[in-house]
Amino acid sequence: MELTPDQLERYNRHIILDNVGIEGQKRLLSSKVLVIGCGGLGSPVLMYLAAAGVGTIGVVDGDVVDYSNLQRQIIHTTANIGAPKVLSAKQTITALNPDTKVIPIEDIVTIENIAYIIDDYDFVIEATDNFSAKFLINDACVLASKPYSHGGILRFEGQTTTVTPGNACYRCIFEEPPAADAVPACDEVGVLGAIPGVIGTLQATECLKYLLGEGELLQNRLMVYDALKVRFRDIKVLKNPDCPLCGENPIIKSMANYKQYFCELK
Amino acid sequence: MKLTVNGEQKELDDGTALQVLIDEMNLEGKRYAVEVNREIVPKRQHPEYVLKEGDVVEVVHAVGGG
Repeated sequence: MELTPDQLERYNRHIILDNVGIEGQKRLLSSKVLVIGCGGLGSPVLMYLAAAGVGTIGVVDGDVVDYSNLQRQIIHTTANIGAPKVLSAKQTITALNPDTKVIPIEDIVTIENIAYIIDDYDFVIEATDNFSAKFLINDACVLASKPYSHGGILRFEGQTTTVTPGNACYRCIFEEPPAADAVPACDEVGVLGAIPGVIGTLQATECLKYLLGEGELLQNRLMVYDALKVRFRDIKVLKNPDCPLCGENPIIKSMANYKQYFCELK
Repeated sequence: MKLTVNGEQKELDDGTALQVLIDEMNLEGKRYAVEVNREIVPKRQHPEYVLKEGDVVEVVHAVGGG
């Protein structure tokens, strides 16, 4: 694949960057990234990955655009109220960069479909708004040895970590499985509109670094952002020997025994 | 001994275990992790993890929004 004159101009600031260059740009153009969740976090992630020239982006979301989304979900517009989020996102991405092929998946991830949905991608971005999905994506990615970036936001706070094969996973940090209603969600307590911009941009950056093979990833570390105090805490996470997924005696061994695992907990 | 817990100074008896401090914090049912000096301490180690002078303890709550 040779870059066209338009591409050489579009990606000039990458191409002149020592650690990217033409080869790195070609790598981005041939990469496939899956973004699960097309809301607050997914918006900046999708826009930065598309602008950077990631060649194929799968977008998973089962929702439609709502007025209450627009305070933070910057990929959607007022004109697209009521439209499926994945189609609204595709429209914005295509307008931004026609090089990026968008695969819209108008669905939510489930125990049954997740292994199939993530299979074809080089990197996964977890940008969902609930713990069930966050744990499910963690578990499916770890079981499939698929690298992914976790992001979470609430109120004036956000956190992110990058999970790569053989390193600490989300369950190594927060061991418990999802328990409904134990903690608040954004639609209950709110979130400042720019917070997902900070965390989502970190996630997109991690993804690009992974695809380019550059630098140190946010692996075995959890980054916690407190906007009110303007404080970033970088916390070291060791692989947890008690982790039910990647520890010494794992309980979750495949997506096939996943339901059984949750039944045993009850 | 003096420690910093969630950004605030706190006085604890020498030899206090991390679990004792956590039990005071009313975290029952919450999804959290505890870091001491910027490192997560796995839950199973909390009862025998002995805190020392100058430790910086923070409770990290999982945030589920997106």
